Amino acid sequence: MSTEHKITTQKVNFKVFRFNADEDYLPYYENYDMEVTSEEVVLDILNRIKWDHDGSFSYRRSCRHGICGACAIKVNGRSTLACKESMNDMVALFGKELVIEPLSIKRAVKDMVIDKADFWEKHDAITPYLVAEIDENPTTENLVSPKDAQKLDEADLCIQCGACHYACPVVEINEDFFGPAAFAAAYRFEADVRDNSESRLKDVNEERQGVWDCVKCFECAQVCPKDIDPIGKITKLHQMAFQEGVANNNVAVRHAVGFKKSIVKNGVLDEGGLVLYSEGPAIVKHLPVAFKMFTKGKIVPPWGITKSENLDEIQKLVKSSSTAKF
Amino acid sequence: MKKLKYALFTGCTAKQSTPEQMMSTMAVADKLGIELVELTEASCCGASHLQDYDDFLSLVLNARNIAYAEKHELTMVTICNTCQLNTAMTKQRLDNNEELKAKVNEKLAEVGLEYKGTSAVTHFLYAIIDDFGLDRLKEMVVTPLSQFNIAPFYGCHNIRPSELQNETHKTAENPYNPTSLDDLIIACGGESVDYDEKNKCCGFHVELQAPHTAAVLTGNAIAGAMDGNADWMVTPCPLCHLKLDTQTAHASEAIGREVELPVLHMQQMLGLALGCTPAELGLNHHLAKVDFI
Ligand code: SF4
Ligand code: SF4
Ligand code: FES
Repeated sequence: MSTEHKITTQKVNFKVFRFNADEDYLPYYENYDMEVTSEEVVLDILNRIKWDHDGSFSYRRSCRHGICGACAIKVNGRSTLACKESMNDMVALFGKELVIEPLSIKRAVKDMVIDKADFWEKHDAITPYLVAEIDENPTTENLVSPKDAQKLDEADLCIQCGACHYACPVVEINEDFFGPAAFAAAYRFEADVRDNSESRLKDVNEERQGVWDCVKCFECAQVCPKDIDPIGKITKLHQMAFQEGVANNNVAVRHAVGFKKSIVKNGVLDEGGLVLYSEGPAIVKHLPVAFKMFTKGKIVPPWGITKSENLDEIQKLVKSSSTAKF
Repeated sequence: MKKLKYALFTGCTAKQSTPEQMMSTMAVADKLGIELVELTEASCCGASHLQDYDDFLSLVLNARNIAYAEKHELTMVTICNTCQLNTAMTKQRLDNNEELKAKVNEKLAEVGLEYKGTSAVTHFLYAIIDDFGLDRLKEMVVTPLSQFNIAPFYGCHNIRPSELQNETHKTAENPYNPTSLDDLIIACGGESVDYDEKNKCCGFHVELQAPHTAAVLTGNAIAGAMDGNADWMVTPCPLCHLKLDTQTAHASEAIGREVELPVLHMQQMLGLALGCTPAELGLNHHLAKVDFI
């Protein structure tokens, strides 16, 4: 059984981000034209730049096996794990001109090396360990059944590479936002049957820092080299907040709950009603835009809404299928 | 070629804050000879928020919507990226989990319905590209948009997570370098603008709880298109449209720069190229001036 495996080569142009915070006022890009083989990963290219072209070129790597999480960088703006990402795939995605940059340009220290302090601070802030009363002299093992272990939904496989964190648009805008990796870690412990933390779920439900400020762009799910699906974990944290009764009565929470209220009433959404229920008196701040929208025929009053046909079916299903309370 | 026929899931926005999207969808379908059977029984998809509160309820409601498309034995077509995401994700979860599907069907049986998994779910953009075909579309263009630089704004929920999207649409879209909307612009005779924000987020889903974040994202998107020398923007998503069209004042304030461009729904752009009148396309329903016609 021998299928012939052909190694091919192609010429690729690399535009590589260079910066030394100790010496350079501004970063610059160095061009390297290289023959790339179909067997190589992005890390091989970084190595060859260092070994063949410029010994001062800096980047992080350790395990070379997608385990340590050190080597995450960006290729053409896409966060990626250098030791895992095949060059062939990168060329297929982006063509033969590739831009190699650190995960976050504004945090660059030297070339690909960034200051990841914010990432670790966020990680620390979600109580990233089991909170449990442990018998110091146990007589039996503290076992977790396979069924309970499944609840983690592989969140424990996160390698803290930061690829998702620095791909998240909210992290860039709101410096309090914990970010997708921290949320995945929070879920990992919240889902653990041994954990008794009283504060973690509340912390990740606070405004600005918490899950409710996630804009649902799916960038984190798209980049994660370990298929952790952080946005999926964020969704689960939302649900847990209701299950555990820690959902705050704020605009974000009412916004989620408001959909159900609208659906029961109309089948479809009552857009204005949803904003009113979510915002309460604060709705006044939306009035200037709402007025303009009204003049353009973009606002339908509650009595003008065309309800879903067979609304009774929807109402019956809402009654029989609801699983959450607020 | 056989006439294309779909079950249309309009979503809520097209019936309320973006009436122009509904009008232009029908006008364009008419021009192209595509038959759309509106699913008037459908409920709201939950807009990617309901499942944060009640996942099972969200599944049941979305399964019900698809079940109605199945009754018609038609592919469901959506005209909103977020409807597409919620519906396709429901379908993916039910089709790959017999136990969950049985649980959902137990509920649907109470109202005499069943989710079978027989109807595909696709966004109108991909129905045109995958089923209708761009070559055929090109032949039908009567008013090529050749004098315009048009900035495509894809919207997150049509391109990410790509695993789901590529299972749903025949066109395999690269989320880092999507091409479908660019191809549509070119088929309409326009020039497509390349800019960094074209596959980024508009911020819609945190509009209420994180207005600053939402406004910065909207501002960046319009600014990117302006810097790319765009005459106008086009999007397949009514939620992106709402942000880009109605929130320019907040967006300008948030990024410290005046930003505004005409923003068209993908259907309106198609309609212009196919010879529909501005009135048929509801171009008078926009907040940002549509002054290029
Ligand atoms: S889905 Fe949420 S957490 Fe993930 S990248 Fe987008 S905003 Fe960040
Ligand atoms: S969730 Fe994925 S991308 Fe994010 S830090 Fe963990 S392994 Fe890296
Ligand atoms: S070098 Fe360890 S993950 Fe890449």
